Amino acid sequence: MSEYQVAQQKSPVFYDRYFRKDELQHQTHYCPGCGHGVAHKLIGEALAELGLQDRAIIVSPVGCSVFAYYYFDTGNVQAAHGRAPAVATALRRSNPESIVVSYQGDGDLAAIGTAEIIHAANRGENITVIFINNSIYGMTGGQMAPTTLIGQTSTTSPWGRRANNEGFPIHMAELLSALEAPVYIERVSLGDNKNILKARKAVRKALELQKQGAGFSMVEILSPCPTILKMDPVVARKFVNETLTKQFPLGVFRDRKPEITVVNPPQRSVAEVLGIKKETATAEEKAARKAFTHDVTMKIAGFGGQGVLLMGQLIAEMGMREHMEVSWLPSYGPEMRSGSAHCHVTLSHERIGSPLITKPQVLVAMNEISLRKFAPQMAQGGLILYNRDKVPEDFTLEGARVVCVPASEIADQIGSAKVANVVMLGALLEETECLPVETAWGVIKSFVKNEKLLAFNKEALEAGRKYVDEKVLVGACCQPDGCGY
Amino acid sequence: MRQLCKGNVAIVKAAITAGCRSYYGYPITPASEIAEYAALLIPQVGGTFLQAESEVAAINMVYGASSAGQRVMTGSSGPGLSLMQEGISYLAGAELPAVVVDVVRGGPGLGNIAPEQSDYFAVVKGGGHGNYRNIVLAPASVQDMYELTILAFELADKYRNPAVILTDGFVGQMMEPLEIEEREVKQPEKPWAVKGTAETRKNLITSIQLSADQLELHVRHLEAKYKECEKNEARYETYMADDAEILLVGYGIVSRVLRSTVDIARQHGMKLGLFRPISLWPYPSKALADTAKKCSKVMVVELSTGQMLEDVKLALNGTKPVDFYSRVGGNVPSAEEVHAEIFARMEALV
Repeated sequence: MSEYQVAQQKSPVFYDRYFRKDELQHQTHYCPGCGHGVAHKLIGEALAELGLQDRAIIVSPVGCSVFAYYYFDTGNVQAAHGRAPAVATALRRSNPESIVVSYQGDGDLAAIGTAEIIHAANRGENITVIFINNSIYGMTGGQMAPTTLIGQTSTTSPWGRRANNEGFPIHMAELLSALEAPVYIERVSLGDNKNILKARKAVRKALELQKQGAGFSMVEILSPCPTILKMDPVVARKFVNETLTKQFPLGVFRDRKPEITVVNPPQRSVAEVLGIKKETATAEEKAARKAFTHDVTMKIAGFGGQGVLLMGQLIAEMGMREHMEVSWLPSYGPEMRSGSAHCHVTLSHERIGSPLITKPQVLVAMNEISLRKFAPQMAQGGLILYNRDKVPEDFTLEGARVVCVPASEIADQIGSAKVANVVMLGALLEETECLPVETAWGVIKSFVKNEKLLAFNKEALEAGRKYVDEKVLVGACCQPDGCGY
Repeated sequence: MRQLCKGNVAIVKAAITAGCRSYYGYPITPASEIAEYAALLIPQVGGTFLQAESEVAAINMVYGASSAGQRVMTGSSGPGLSLMQEGISYLAGAELPAVVVDVVRGGPGLGNIAPEQSDYFAVVKGGGHGNYRNIVLAPASVQDMYELTILAFELADKYRNPAVILTDGFVGQMMEPLEIEEREVKQPEKPWAVKGTAETRKNLITSIQLSADQLELHVRHLEAKYKECEKNEARYETYMADDAEILLVGYGIVSRVLRSTVDIARQHGMKLGLFRPISLWPYPSKALADTAKKCSKVMVVELSTGQMLEDVKLALNGTKPVDFYSRVGGNVPSAEEVHAEIFARMEALV
C-alpha cells in the first residue's frame, strides 16, 4: 500500500472512536452513500469552527438519526419520535448559553412531530433544526414519508403515493416560512459536491445565528437514502439532485429578524411571591380568640354572579384569621358559566374531616331555586337565610327555621347590587354569631381595593346586621315547628 | 403563617418552595389553576413558564428541562395525562426526575370535570409502555398538596424517576389554611445532566438500549431501584384503627369523607377505623396488612369501579374479607351515605 497524506482531519466534534458491535467494527451505523454521514460532518465542522463544541447539545430523535450520539462528542439527548423540538425548547431555555441542535428526519419532523416543529418555530425558540428529507422512512424499512413523491412506491404506498389517498408531499421549509418568528430557513441538497458546500454554509449560518441568540433556524437537507430507495449511491445522489429538488426547490425561504418587543415580568423574592408574612399572634392570643367563634357547617347557594363563592371565601378567611380550622369547597364546572353556584364552608376548632357538607347547619339561599334544592338537606335545628322578604307561599319545611333577608333589595338601595352577598354576610354574623363582625370588616378591607366599593361593602355589612337585629323577629318562619319564631 | 389557599395553588407554591423554576403545561379543567398560577408566579422568581401546544409537547419539554438538570413540573387531568404517558415512560427509561400532577376528573373519554379516582390504574400501575413505576403520592388536604409536592420533588431526584401527585377535582379546587414558611431547599447535584457545558459534554440522556443484554441490564437496574423505593417510601396514616372492627380504606378526598364516617359511626357505637394510603406507589401493603390484623373486615371506598381495591386485596392476600363501596361520575359520597351503607350491609347479614 502506498503512502498517502491526510488532507482533512475528521472534525474534532466527532469522537475518536465509536462503538459498534462485533462484526461491524469498521463501519458506521449509516449505509454506504447515506446522507447522514455528510450532514453530521457539516454540523461537526460548523460547531468546531464556531467554537461551540462544549456548548452544543444534539437532540437525536427516532429514526436513523437516533445514532447521532455515537458520533458527536457533545452533550447528547435522545428524544421520543417527533418530540425533539419540544425537548430542545426546554434544554435551551434551561441553559440559555447552550447551543441546541434538533436533528430530525422527515417522518419525525413532518409527520408525527408536526405540532412540535410548528410551535417551536412559531415561538422563535433559539434552536437550530437540521431536517433530513430523504423522502422515505429509513429506520423502519421504507415506509411512506410525508415527503414521499407522488407516484413514488414504498412498502406502505405499494402503488406509488396517490394524491387521492395520501395527499401531496409536504413542504416544511415553505410552511414554516409562513410564520412570523423564524429567522432563517433554507433548503439545501447533498446531491453533489457543489450543493454540499452550499449546505455547509447554510448549517454554519444557522448555528451562527443561534450563537447570536437570533432565534429559530432550520436547514432542510435533501439527502440520499440509497439502501431504502434501492439505488446505488451515485444514482441516489442523482435522484436527490434531479427529482427531489423538482418537488422541493432549493433556496433561502427566510432570512430576516422579526420585530420582537421584550416584556420581562417583575422580579420578586420567594417570600413575596408566596405571600409569606411574619406570624404575629402568640399561642395564648390564638387560644383566647376561641371564645369569640364557634363551629358551623354551611352551604351558600345562588345564581352565578351573586357572589356566593366569594361570600364563602370571606367566611373561610375570617375563620382562618380567628385561628380556626376552615374548609371551602366550591361547586365547579360548566355550571359556573351560567345558572347556579354553591359552596360548602366549614368552621371548626378541630381537624376537619369531610369538606363536603350534606347536612348544613346554615344555608344561605340567594335565590328560590337554591332554597328549594337545599332546604330539605338541613340539619335539625338549622338556619336558612333567604334572600327575599318572605318565603314562597307553597314552601314548607320542618326542623329548620328560615330568616328572610331581602339582601338584593337592600343592596340596590345602597347603590350596588354587587354587595348583596355582604348584606347577607352581615345578617349571617348577626344571627349565628359564629365569627366577630370586626373580623369580617378586616377581611373585606383586604379583599376590596376600590374605595367606592369598599364604602358600599361597609354599608352593606351594617345593613345586613341591622336588618336582622331590628326586623327579623316574627313572621319570617314558614311554619311553626318549635324551632322558628 | 397560615394563608387561605386553593389546593391547586398550593401545588405551585410548593414547587417554588422546592426550587422548581420550570413549568411546562397545557390547560385542562380542573387542573388549570396550576398552569395559571405557575404562569403568574414562577417567572417572578426568575423561572420559566411555557404553555405548550399539547400535553404531548409539555411532557417532552419536561423531559428536556429535566435533562438539563432542572427541577421541573407539569400538571394536567385524565385526558391530558393519557397524552403524557409516552413521555412519562421515556422519563422513567432515561431516569429523569420530574413531578407530574394529575387532578383527576371523570372518565373514560371526555367524561366530565367532576372528581373521580379513576386514573389509579393509569398512574399507579404504569399507563405508558415498558417496565417502570411512577412514585405516586395522594394528598387529601391543601396542606398535603403543599407537603407532598415538595416530597415529590425530593423523591423524584432521589430515585431519578417521575413522581406523580394523584389528586382530584375536590382537593384541587378547595381552599383551606396553608401553613407556609420559607424553607431552605437542598437540591442534589446532578452530574449526569446535559447543560451545554464542558463539564457535562460527555453526558448522554437516553432510554434506548439496542441489545437484549443491555436492555435487560438496564431494566434490572430500574427494578432494583424500585425495590429500594418500595422498602423506604411507603407512607400512610390511620385514624382510630387500633380497636376498629371494620377498617375503612380510602385515599385522597375519600379519606376525608371516611374520617367523618368513622366519627359518625363511633357516635352510634360502631367501631370503625380508617387506613389512608398516602403513597399509592409504593403501596403501604405491609402496614395495611398489620393494621387490618385485628379487624373482622376491611372496606374499600373509592371513586372508581374498583382500582385501588386490587392493591388492598393483594396486600391482605385473602386474610380478611374485603368489601367495596364506590361512587363514580363525579359523585362523591357523603360521610352519612357511607355510614348508612355500612349499616345496611351489616343489617343484611343479621
